[in-house]
Amino acid sequence: MTDTVLTQEMRKVVVRFSGDSGDGMQLTGDMFSQSSGIAGNDLTTIPDFPAEIRAPQGSIGGVSSFQIQIGGTEIYTPGDAVDVLVVMNPAALAANLQFLKSGGIIIADKDNFSSRYLKKANYEENPLEDGSLQDYFVIRAPATSLTKEALKNLGLQTKEITRSKNMFALGVVLYMFSRPLEKTIEFIEKKFGNKPKLIEANTKALNAGYNFAHNTELYGHSVHVPPAKLPKGTYRNINGNKAVAWGLLAAAEKSGRKLSLSSYPITPASEILHELSNRKDMGAIVLQAEDEIAAVTAAIGAAFSGNLSITTTSGPGVSLKSEALGLAVIAELPLVIVNVQRAGPSTGLPTKTEQSDLNQALYGRHGDAPMVVIAASSPDDCFYYSYEAAKIALEHVTPVLMLSDSYLSSGTSPWRIPEKEDLDEINIPRFEGSPDEWEPYMRDPEFLNRYWMAPGDKGFEHRIGGLEKKEITGNLSYEPLNHEKMTKIREEKIQRIAKKLPKQKVSGPESGKLLVVGWGSTHGAINTAVTELMDDGETDIAFTLFNYINPLPENTEEIFQNYDQILVCELNNGQFVNYLKSKFSQFSFRQFNKIQGQPFFTSEIKAQIINLLSE
Amino acid sequence: MQAGTVKKKVQPPLTRKDFKSDQDVRWCPGCGDHLILASMQNAFAKMGHKKENILSVSGIGCSSRITYYLETYGIHSIHGRAIAVSTGAKLANPDLNVWVFTGDGDSMAIGGNHFIHACRRNIDLNVVVFNNRIYGMTKGQSSPTTPVGMKTKTAPGGSYENPFNIGEIAIGAGATFFARVPDNDLKMLEDVMLQAYHHKGISIIEVLQNCVIFTDGIHEKITGKDTKDENQVILEHGKSIQFGKENSEGLKISGMRLEKTTAENTIIHDAEEADTNMHLSLVRLKLPEFPVATGIIRKVESTPYEKSVHDAIANVQAGSPFKNVDDLFRSGNTWEID
Repeated sequence: MTDTVLTQEMRKVVVRFSGDSGDGMQLTGDMFSQSSGIAGNDLTTIPDFPAEIRAPQGSIGGVSSFQIQIGGTEIYTPGDAVDVLVVMNPAALAANLQFLKSGGIIIADKDNFSSRYLKKANYEENPLEDGSLQDYFVIRAPATSLTKEALKNLGLQTKEITRSKNMFALGVVLYMFSRPLEKTIEFIEKKFGNKPKLIEANTKALNAGYNFAHNTELYGHSVHVPPAKLPKGTYRNINGNKAVAWGLLAAAEKSGRKLSLSSYPITPASEILHELSNRKDMGAIVLQAEDEIAAVTAAIGAAFSGNLSITTTSGPGVSLKSEALGLAVIAELPLVIVNVQRAGPSTGLPTKTEQSDLNQALYGRHGDAPMVVIAASSPDDCFYYSYEAAKIALEHVTPVLMLSDSYLSSGTSPWRIPEKEDLDEINIPRFEGSPDEWEPYMRDPEFLNRYWMAPGDKGFEHRIGGLEKKEITGNLSYEPLNHEKMTKIREEKIQRIAKKLPKQKVSGPESGKLLVVGWGSTHGAINTAVTELMDDGETDIAFTLFNYINPLPENTEEIFQNYDQILVCELNNGQFVNYLKSKFSQFSFRQFNKIQGQPFFTSEIKAQIINLLSE
Repeated sequence: MQAGTVKKKVQPPLTRKDFKSDQDVRWCPGCGDHLILASMQNAFAKMGHKKENILSVSGIGCSSRITYYLETYGIHSIHGRAIAVSTGAKLANPDLNVWVFTGDGDSMAIGGNHFIHACRRNIDLNVVVFNNRIYGMTKGQSSPTTPVGMKTKTAPGGSYENPFNIGEIAIGAGATFFARVPDNDLKMLEDVMLQAYHHKGISIIEVLQNCVIFTDGIHEKITGKDTKDENQVILEHGKSIQFGKENSEGLKISGMRLEKTTAENTIIHDAEEADTNMHLSLVRLKLPEFPVATGIIRKVESTPYEKSVHDAIANVQAGSPFKNVDDLFRSGNTWEID
């Protein structure tokens, strides 16, 4: 083991589980995440599965993977290169060897390296035996045969037995990381609650893997990843889509409003629709609409009716919704639109990630139709930003567009479950006087929002709509100066929200040679890259990551002026950098763009920074 | 305390005036829309539904201006989407008495998808379709109900597209209530509106509406004083189907279709029959071979969508161990960091 990348004590380790779609790799990865969380590690995970629902068995196209980075320090990405690669068949090896570090560990189910499966993965020779893997440390585990042996007396069918071999693999990995099995067995018991035979089978397979590792090459070579310094509390793993759904539920409860969701299925946003469809226990009212336009217009109806109203989609869906979003803007209704971005344009790369819907979020409507835009930056903070989106929508009676993306939607990170008092109050502006003193477009003097009165409020009957309104009364008006005034008010109303936003934070020196700027989900890669360079002794760089895009935090300009250079990194062709240029033309911005449907690797950002500093 | 001894403050009943907004009505003089507005205001007053729980929603087109003239909560939405907006509103608050005002272009062309899906779901909306068989507000283009041969701005040589029959679409898509009413029969209009209000589930009311500018007289043969007896068969549930000057004619089933017969041999209208066959046959009757059917053609009981949704929520909540979000968040696999 001394020749491998692993040492006895490691601050960060990247593990990748990979197998056929039917091999249960996502569950295996999820259980390893739980175990790591309990061990006190910070972590981030990302699944990587085929777009096809049922790809041919054993084929490279059918490989399903799960990557996790665990650490004794804060972990913001699932990691670039892999330290430990678990492969359940030749196709998994062929698809993933490129990610493995030289000196990395391969744990392979050698029983599946038969000529049939080798052929399916385009291997002429068995790579476990032909010497081609000499740069790696290979553990040839007879996972299938030992699982069969361990489970032979349980009276299970062959299919059920072979399906348990993922637990064998998990057992090997748990041994490597010196993890006790008890908690994992508890998870197995929870998962297969009413099927005692499956509990027994999975537990036996897990033990078989653990014992195999103990009795063979891995003995005495376990790796210790110390616990990270995480704030005290109760934690769970959560992915971005579920976190969005839960943030909205929390906001509904806090504000005392019912939650209405209307959405149309679309990758990668559908899971939010699924989760809230399952949350009847929380009173969620869900409509699976007949199309994207019905989804947003039904949401407008629900908003007018007084509910916390939401529509969730991805970029193509937002395109279809854009006319109706203009209605929400001019009518001034509280509405949350969630865009889980994918790579575009058109159908694009529907299962891949990108940040290329920023322009659409900011400008994608006819007329002058400004909208609040905020972006989440990690799976767990999707909870806070969806909560925040709802809070701003309700308090300022305005549509808010929240950006997530494919990478955040399916990635997981540990989420500290908030205590009730951790969540800000949501104060809905209602008119407290008599209806006679009220007008539909009267405004709060400080923030310019109108007051939100809804059906059921006696005496406040009023009409809203898409036609321009006379200020204050809301009656139809074609007066030229009134239209100009209302346009300015709608813009000013959005900008004044900045007064309530937290100040933009910078990590690193308050002034210096280079400020690295990002927004949304690139937070992890940028944070890790800059922090690693600082750890290596680079003292003149800092970074700042934006979650509030429109309006920008009030101190944005102040921050920018303290650095010689500003480098804006984003997963598109330069949308945020152009937005910043339009706002702050006095600064010269550099840009680093990646448009490959993939998140940034930390190494790519580090290389950019080093290049720029050496210019 | 004895009944009758308490002096209960009685709210005076609402009248048509209570539903008149302060906005000037801007439809062309003589437009059928004025008649629909008046009937709607009268019907609102008679429903006895709390005014603050009435919601009027419209799309785009001449018809859709009506929301500004009704003193209720109202949304003048965007082209084609009134039914979708209303679906969200009704689902959000099932206590609302929701009225949708739309035209033949708004509901059958750009909003066709929402129309059929609302019928399929059977959500409790009352949809009034102002059918003047033309795009009026955009100045005279063909609509999906423009008859073959009619000249329009976009069919200068006469339309060659087959028109939709609104009733056929509605019933075919699952509507549980469908009525067709001439705009000049105020009594029928008000009565149908009240019956639609009491019907739980979707109600589609097609109004044969006259556009004085672009299609003046388009429904004249059906609605005109001198021709309506011959050309209109007014259907009433449980009554025999009769028409003609002396009510001397009727309809009978012959083979797979309806045929004219004498009043003595006519069939009885059953609007509550679940099977759609006869309702579709009636809704398809057309001139010159047959009179056009008006009145309530179909009215069947079926669970409205919003009730199913809210019943499901109530059932799940009653059996759920989670009483608030915190219970949910702390369920399942969690761990402590000290």
